[in-house]
Amino acid sequence: MSDIDVKMTINGQEIEAKADPRTLLIHFLREDQNLTGAHIGCDTSHCGACTVDIDGKSVKSCTVFVGQANGSDITTIEGIAHPDGTLHAIQEAFRQNHGLQCGFCTPGMITRAYRLLQENPTPTETEIRYGISGNLCRCTGYQNIVKSIMAASRELSLKEAAE
Amino acid sequence: MNVQSPPSREERIKKLQGLGSSRKRVEDARFTQGTGNYVDDIKLPGMLFGDFVRSPYGHARIKSIDKEAALAVPGVIAVLTAEDLKPLNLHYMPTLAGDVQAVLADEKVLFQNQEVAFVVAQDRYAAADAVELVEVDYEELPVINDAFKALDDDAPLLREDIKDKMEGAHGPRKHHNHIFLWEEGDKEGTEQALNNAEVMVEEKITYQRVHPCPLETCGCVASMDKINGKLTLWGTFQAPHAVRTVASLITNIPEHNIRVVSPDIGGGFGNKVGVYPGYICSVVASIVTGKPVKWVEDRIENLTSTAFARDYHMTGKIAATADGKITGLWTHVLADHGAFDACADPTKFPAGFFHIVTGSYDIPIAYVGVDGVYTNKAPGGVAYRCSFRVTEAAYLIERMIDVLARKLDMDPVELRIKNFIKKEQFPYQSALGWEYDSGDYHTAMDQATKAVDYPALRAEQAENRVAFDRGETRNLMGIGVAFFTEIVGAGPVKNCDILGLGMFDSCEIRIHPTGSAIARLGTISQGQGHATTFAQIVASEIGIPAEDITLEEGDTDTAPYGLGTYGSRSTPVAGAATAMAGRKIRAKAQMIAAYLLEVHEGDLEWDVDRFQIKGNPEAHKTMKEIAFASYNQAIPGLEPGLEAVSYYDPPNMTYPFGAYFCVVDVDVDTGVTDIRKFYALDDCGTRINPMIIEGQVHGGLTEAVAIAMGQEISYDEIGNVKGASLMDFYLPTAVETPTYETDFTVTPSPHHPIGAKGVGESPNVGGVPALSNAVNDAFAHKGLVHTQMPHDHWRVWQTAQRLGLTG
Ligand code: FES
Ligand code: FES
Repeated sequence: MSDIDVKMTINGQEIEAKADPRTLLIHFLREDQNLTGAHIGCDTSHCGACTVDIDGKSVKSCTVFVGQANGSDITTIEGIAHPDGTLHAIQEAFRQNHGLQCGFCTPGMITRAYRLLQENPTPTETEIRYGISGNLCRCTGYQNIVKSIMAASRELSLKEAAE
Repeated sequence: MNVQSPPSREERIKKLQGLGSSRKRVEDARFTQGTGNYVDDIKLPGMLFGDFVRSPYGHARIKSIDKEAALAVPGVIAVLTAEDLKPLNLHYMPTLAGDVQAVLADEKVLFQNQEVAFVVAQDRYAAADAVELVEVDYEELPVINDAFKALDDDAPLLREDIKDKMEGAHGPRKHHNHIFLWEEGDKEGTEQALNNAEVMVEEKITYQRVHPCPLETCGCVASMDKINGKLTLWGTFQAPHAVRTVASLITNIPEHNIRVVSPDIGGGFGNKVGVYPGYICSVVASIVTGKPVKWVEDRIENLTSTAFARDYHMTGKIAATADGKITGLWTHVLADHGAFDACADPTKFPAGFFHIVTGSYDIPIAYVGVDGVYTNKAPGGVAYRCSFRVTEAAYLIERMIDVLARKLDMDPVELRIKNFIKKEQFPYQSALGWEYDSGDYHTAMDQATKAVDYPALRAEQAENRVAFDRGETRNLMGIGVAFFTEIVGAGPVKNCDILGLGMFDSCEIRIHPTGSAIARLGTISQGQGHATTFAQIVASEIGIPAEDITLEEGDTDTAPYGLGTYGSRSTPVAGAATAMAGRKIRAKAQMIAAYLLEVHEGDLEWDVDRFQIKGNPEAHKTMKEIAFASYNQAIPGLEPGLEAVSYYDPPNMTYPFGAYFCVVDVDVDTGVTDIRKFYALDDCGTRINPMIIEGQVHGGLTEAVAIAMGQEISYDEIGNVKGASLMDFYLPTAVETPTYETDFTVTPSPHHPIGAKGVGESPNVGGVPALSNAVNDAFAHKGLVHTQMPHDHWRVWQTAQRLGLTG
């Protein structure tokens, strides 16, 4: 099949590319765009390691063809830190609260938390647990991930209040 | 001007961030920003992709393989089969357990999803297309996947390749599907104890087949540089040096021409210890094509072909006095090893350290017999977050103690306390031959029962049972206790080796002129945070702040030889090597300091980060000053520079232990089991980084929840593997995972340089029996003695129904 032209914004940058229409978005991001932060952990849309943000929604990028993302605005883990290089409050909270171990789920987890805290800036513990239930972690038992997201939520609310 | 006073001793200690500090992890800056470097992130010019054609059958003869259509797919470079590997003698590879395993199926397939052909293509989509087009003609053969039928007289022959080899790697084989019988202890004496016992219990307890399922699957990139003859192999290896040696032995490429690199690893849990066909095929494909070749398995391939764990069918018998003193323990295991014996155990121990099965109890006499058998299932038998078969052993004894408690109508906590090895008995010689290094079980159990208020829990349960019988609730409350003793840190070279490689480990430390340092180890982190914690050990030993120490692992060209990370051996073995290397540096530093201060070495004492003259702490040289001097001063009788390497052969294993309590509420109408409380007290000796220890405990307990409450890789009668994707294989989400309470006591290991014992696997070892005991306990008053894991809703509901409790 002949390649299709795709155009999208990734982490604030507009890109244009040619791609085989059956390319999964996760492969397009990782292999064509060299954004290897999002990972592949399953074949069945269960693990969430591939989570990216598309037009304000958390999406498992292994379940989307690149063509379906045509024209969209994508944020990946590489685009979450501040432009000056300092960590986003969620990234910092994961570091402070030991919210990661092997780090394989982390990009998807943080990208999901990034959206969750916009959907619900002050979630309860239960809301966080449900909110990240599409993202699996094999190392941490989630306890410190939940703690990290709680801490980030507090930090972000304080910041908001100050502004 | 303000004269700054020199930092106090406390400030200096704090600055080091050494032992005991909850230092934040240095790995996290990369991982939180998506700049980790895992194997699938590696991209080399001209890189090709490999993908397997796999068997749809559990047992079948291969009549023919037609590659033509596959080779016609644009972008496909080659299709390898056993016939292509035979001339290189690579169609079979040695396993870690003394067996051989087919790299690509040789004339027949022995389990579903076995590797049959390896397609190499320019991109992964072309490879996947071609996999579909390789035509394999099979003739189905009868399947055995019930271990209990493997040794029947008329059981079909599985391993034709070794059918005449009746002397296996671990002694005689008594049947064509038999692998070994391994025995330890006093069989006759134990049987006598059973015959003479006032009370005897017997139970059949199965620990189902599960899979470590790290979030990242296995994979590699092989790159053969034909010009300089050097092979580089990046991969998800828990033991990179062992991989290099094995690769050299089987490919005949000299070991100095092989470089094995483990990049960041997305969890291992035992899955990434073994050598898999994908690695061999990638190497061959790279040699053949002259291009780098990447192979990364998908999740279904991971769950069905690379490593499984457990699959132990155990029988336990305990002899005891009427008042609950255990007088003997007899055990037998039917061990289902699948189609090839690819267990990752130290070579002399075909059932690992299963003979730790006497657990935390002073049992005078015991016997273990393990029969390994072949079936039409995937090979493996890895230590899934445990030290070699310790999880199975701990599960058996902790379940059996509860079974005995029920029989005696005794409280399970009281029965445990009554039989504990006492503090003053350490070092303790177990009936099955181990020397437990240290322990204080009574103190730990006492602290745990108080923390959970055990009497109050039992009182609440009594009320719950009355209410249930009155029809006021449909929930039954279960309380599970487990008191495990682990055996980790393999191990002493005198009895622990893998393929002849002694299980020592190593550390090399080099101090730079300006007083910072690099340390390299023979282990490899898969999320345990080695770069953080090992730097802490170095910091405490040599007085250089942890933040000034780089830690490197996983590159065989630079790291000293070591046996890798699994079985909780990094801290006990490589951690010890790190401390010893640090001490060598300190010894030389002391000579340098003596020269600089113009005193005798014996007049100096070490204090945090410096040598000072005894009685005159003002006169001192810090490690930083000493480091500089070592590079810029000609010191009589001393070589310049400051570095050391230590290869540490541990004198003994270490024996971490812990007391776990778990409370569940079982809804008898749905089988839904809610974990209300989980308390874990761990004693792992000296605690290097409490934050990381706690994280390890959370993770290990969650894996225990997964195993006890749902994980299972099972097969149907015709050899189809069930539960082979994350649709069916249970990985708990944040919703089902409980919040844990952690606690600790500290009983240092007397033989370890810093007293540390290792912790990563304890929560899995203790967590599974605690959960299973809780579920069994919920039904105990209704007559249940034992029900098999996993305790998923369906099985729990069935138990309730069998007991006549459902509505
Ligand atoms: S890779 Fe698992 S959900 Fe996308
Ligand atoms: S940190 Fe390893 S999977 Fe989450």
